[in-house]
Formats: sequence, structure tokens, C-alpha cells
Amino acid sequence: MRILIAKPGLDGHDRGAKVVARALRDAGYEVIYTGLRQTPEQIAAAAVQEDVDAVGLSILSGAHNSLLPEVTRLLNEQGADDVLVFAGGIIPEQDVVHLKQVGIDEIFLPGTSTKDIVRYLQDRLQAA
Amino acid sequence: MAVKDPEPTMLAERPGATIQEDDALETMAEARRRWEVAKARSEAQVPAWKRDFTTVSGMEVPHLVTPEQVADVDLQKDVGIPGEFPYTRGIHPTGYRGKLWTMRQFAGFGTAADTNQRFKYLLSQGQTGLSVAFHLPTLYGYDSDHQMSKGEVGKCGVAIDTLADMETLFDGIPLGEVSTSMTINSTAPILFAMYLAVAEKQGVDVHKHVSGTLQNDILKEYIAQKEYIYPPRPSMRLITDQFSFAARHVPRWNTISISGYHIREAGSTALQELAFTLRDGMEYVQYGIDAGLPVDEFAPRLSFFFNSHNDFFEEIAKFRAARRIWATVMRDRYGAKNPRSWMLRFHTQTAGCSLTAQQPINNVVRTTLQALAAVIGGTQSLHTNALDETLALPTEENARTALRTQQIIAHESGVINTVDPLGGSWFIEEMTRRMVDGAFDYFRRIDDLGGMVEAIEAGFPQRELMDAAFAYQRAFEEKEKLIVGVNAFQVTDDKPIDILYIPDDLAERQVAFLNEVRDRRDAGGVARTLEALKQGAAGSANTMPLILDCVKAYCTVGEISDALRDVFGTYEEPAVF
Repeated sequence: MRILIAKPGLDGHDRGAKVVARALRDAGYEVIYTGLRQTPEQIAAAAVQEDVDAVGLSILSGAHNSLLPEVTRLLNEQGADDVLVFAGGIIPEQDVVHLKQVGIDEIFLPGTSTKDIVRYLQDRLQAA
Repeated sequence: MAVKDPEPTMLAERPGATIQEDDALETMAEARRRWEVAKARSEAQVPAWKRDFTTVSGMEVPHLVTPEQVADVDLQKDVGIPGEFPYTRGIHPTGYRGKLWTMRQFAGFGTAADTNQRFKYLLSQGQTGLSVAFHLPTLYGYDSDHQMSKGEVGKCGVAIDTLADMETLFDGIPLGEVSTSMTINSTAPILFAMYLAVAEKQGVDVHKHVSGTLQNDILKEYIAQKEYIYPPRPSMRLITDQFSFAARHVPRWNTISISGYHIREAGSTALQELAFTLRDGMEYVQYGIDAGLPVDEFAPRLSFFFNSHNDFFEEIAKFRAARRIWATVMRDRYGAKNPRSWMLRFHTQTAGCSLTAQQPINNVVRTTLQALAAVIGGTQSLHTNALDETLALPTEENARTALRTQQIIAHESGVINTVDPLGGSWFIEEMTRRMVDGAFDYFRRIDDLGGMVEAIEAGFPQRELMDAAFAYQRAFEEKEKLIVGVNAFQVTDDKPIDILYIPDDLAERQVAFLNEVRDRRDAGGVARTLEALKQGAAGSANTMPLILDCVKAYCTVGEISDALRDVFGTYEEPAVF
């Protein structure tokens, strides 16, 4: 199972992305980390090119309502609508419903245990 | 060892004097043995209620410190008195009686006009200095209409594209009277130049009256916050250019705020924050000296910026250790002669990463403890986080409560009445010493790698931080460390709180204004000043006056940054985790 961990937008806060990347690797997934400052186009292209099963998006800049829907739109456009998309970072609960409507499968709010993320991926990726 | 001295002189005046006399120490050593026995007996009956009594950083904390354990802490050499080398107890003889710390709340969002209003509000509420948060495109040298700026305009801070925005930002705020701190790094010379240009337009004598601070600490960007543009070496050159320009033209300006805050937020321990920050500071000093600047000319304008996290005593020990270490290395390693070069002055921000989205009202309590540690640790200025900053930029109401927290500490708690109230506590002196020793160990490892720039290029501090962040996350998930409301004492009916939303049409308004400025300005002046900057940057000219010419011609942040990108290239870090 391959997972892409990506940092959309301009914020450089990569602590969460890297902690999650390491936890997923320790849980047995093959993890690809995009590095910082990725546009939605770059993230979708990387997801398709690497043929990943899931994409994890980490964003703390407040630009989530603009950038996250763009990622799912581009994935769908490129026929990668079967890729599971999850996100985390500084995302207020008020924005969760909207983001799920536009195709983000799950949002992990601050304080989430990496164990919960691993459990979620195990459930969802097995079921798929 | 304590030195016997029959003369009834003050302990602190006597070289080699230690914290206790020999006789008393022997009695205490004996008493300690009794305590060890009693403790073992007690623990055999009732074991400690948890296994881990380490700090939030995972640092071992001694169960009890008795005087003989700190007998070799030298009262004069290591502790001293406030206002004297090595400044462990503070840089001012009067502590907070002469002057309280500056209450400096970091603020910035939306357009320059939005933030100008917030600044005026904070000043009217008793805030004593300004601190500007810029939006991410400004930090990265992109204009608001750049492709990378999509979704980011005005979100994390205020949108500044040209001098015209900066004029609005400080409209009606007299720059000769208020001191301003600007959190800006890769693009620091541009925003510094804009600030000076606005001050000149206000008719302020820049040499005499303009004061403030630039963050300008690029090394910690490569280590932690990752807001770099150019590779490390040309970035260091931009900084030394500013050192020498400011020393001559803006002598009251702090050209750098060497920052541990972001290192800590990225997951470091308190000790790593201390060690990497001070070693970064030493690297700037070395580069300044190598650029031909006399150390005492620029070192007095260096300032620091630390985090204050939850572990109360660990933080206080860190602040005290920082002063002792800096004084020692400045005098002994870099040969500084001016006491002002030895004094470590610092700003503190309470730990954003300690705040919880769950039961956010509890964040006021966390922030209070952290702010108290910073004050007892002797900070020169302080930002207290608002309770909602774990979700968004603060609302006006929450920003006010954060400021009130400082005012309550200053005016109600009584802790400001005495200087370094915990000085001489056996425990605090022991923790301070451990911090000092631990930092010097890190210095040796970094020196062995060739210096901090080399250590960063080798990924050393980055790896240390990542490992510490992961260890903390594991301790949290294993519940070795409890966070109230998150992995303990949760509630199920936590209601979302009202937060600040940046309107969607803001980006359009900002871009429309940017285009208006582009149309209005003299295109010839823009081309000429940008070309002169490129040539100067490619050679060895000081870039600061050239950037000043660019901003006065209303070149944009993006255009000036692109000119430097053409000359210096850009930096990409290896994406490792």
C-alpha cells in the first residue's frame, strides 16, 4: 500500500506531516512525502504518477477551503477518484462538513492520535 | 569545593565562593542519606503514582536537590547579581522595577487597513509595542496575484505587496514613538526598507528615533519553520548587509531576533531549543566578524526570541542558562569587550503548540503558566497566545484576554517586585547548570561538523528535532504525558467556538489595489532600481541601500525577491522524515 503525504499551500509547518509519515511507515505502509509548498496540481500529478492508494494532506495556513477541494477535483479529473484522501492540520470543525462534501474522505482534527489514522487507513484501504 | 574564608565579606564578592559552607554541607549530605532511606521505605509501601517524572521535554528531573549537590555552583562566576556578568539573574540591576517587559502582541491579518485597525485597538488597550505578522506570500517573496498565493492572501497575516500597503499599515501610528517588531526572514531587507521609507515619509529622524526588531533569523528557517527562499550562504550575506547598514543608519534597530520559538514548535526539547538558538547566534557573530565588522559594533543589537512551554521550572532554567551561556561565549569565544555585547535580551512567546482545540478555554490557563515562567525568567518582551489560536487567528475579544493575562501578572501577582525570585533555589540552580552543560555539549557536536551552516546542510538539527517530535508524540499516545482535554479528562459536548474568518473577496481587493499601484508608478524607476539591485547582489555591494531604492520606486515584494532569486538561486530541502 502506498500513501502520499503532501503539504499544499505555503506554510512550512511540517511537524505534523512528518510525524504522520513516520507513523504510517512504521505501520508498514510505503510512504512518499512531497516536501513543502506543493500546488494542488503538483500533488495530484504526484498521486497519479506514484499510483498511490491514499493521499494525506497537511495544512496549517488557513488556505484549506481553497486548496483541498482543488486537489480532489484534479484527482477526479485525472481518473484517480478511487484514491482515498484524508487531511489534517489547523482546520476548524466548522469547515469539516464542507470539505467532506467536496470529496475529502476524512479530516483529522488537532489532538488526533496517529494510531487512529493508522486504524482508519487499515479499515478503509482493506474495504476498497 | 567551597573555600574557607574567615573574613566576613559578602559571599558574592568573594571569588570561588560557593553556595554553602563546608560544615553545613556535611550536615546536609548526612541529611540527604536519611532522606534517601526514608524515601525508599515510603516507596516500598506506596509506589510512585506514575513512572515518568520527566519534564515535557523528557528531561530527568531530580526528585530532591540538596545544597551539597550544587556546592560547586560558583556564586560569583555562575550566578552573580542582576546586571553583572554572566547575567544569570538578569541583565538589568533593577529587574522589572525600572521598566516592565514590553507587552507585544503579534498581530496581522487581512489587508493593511484591517491590521492598522487592530494595531490601534491594541495600543488603546495598553499594549506597549507593535508586532507585525505578514501573510505567507510576503514571507516567501510572492505577490498576492502569484499562482502560489492562491488561498493564502491575508490568511496567516497581513498582505503587503508594496510600500503603498506599508503606508496604510502604519497610518496614524507615529513610528518615532512606537517600537515595532516584524516577523520576517527571507524578505526581511525588503520589509525593513519599507518601514524606513514610511518613517521618512512621516518626517521621523530615522537615525535618532526609529526603533524595532526584525526577526531575520534565516538559520532557524532551514532548521524549523522552512520559510527560506535562497540557499544558506547568500541568505547569510543579506543578513550581514543589514547588520552593517543598521549599525550606521538605524542604530536603535535590532537587526536580528535569533529565534528558538519555531525550533521548539517544530518539536524540539527545551535543551535543543536553547542549544540550537544560541549556536545560530554564534554563527551570525562569526559571519559578522568574517565580513569585517568589529564584534562590539553589531553584537549589542542582536536579540533573541524564545518559546515558553508548559514545564514551568524547565523554562525558567532555560532562560537563566541562556543569559549565562551567551555572556560567556561572547566574552571568551568572540572577544567582545562591551558588556552590551554580552547581555542576552529576549522576547518570549508562549507555546502555540501546547494549545488544544479541545476545551479551548483551558488554553488561558496554559498561557498564564507559560507567561509567568517567562516573566520569572526575565524576558524583555512577551506575546501571550489567545485561546483560539489553535484554530485560527484570534478574534478581538480573545486577543484582549491574552493581553489582560500579562497585565494581571504585571500588576496583580506581585512577581515583579523582586529580581530573579528563584535564583539560589538549589533545584533551579541545578536545572540551570544542566541546561548550560547540555548546550555546550551540543556546541561541541556542531563545531565538529564545521559550524551551524554546515550542520544544517548535513541535516543534523533537523534530524534531532524530528526525533524529539516523534518521541513526544509517542509519549502522548502512550499516555506517559497527559494533555488535559485531549488524552485525559475529555468531554463529549465540546461546542465549536466563534473564530475569525478572512472574507473570500479579500484576495480580489488586494490584487486590484496591487494592480492600481503597478499602473501608477514610474515604470522606468522600477526597471532601473531592480537592475541596480541585481548588479549589486551579483557583486559585493551592500544590498540594503539598493533595496531601499527599489521599495521607494514601489517595486513589489515579488519583483525584488525575483531579482535576488535570479542572482542567488533558490533552496530546496531534501524531503526526509
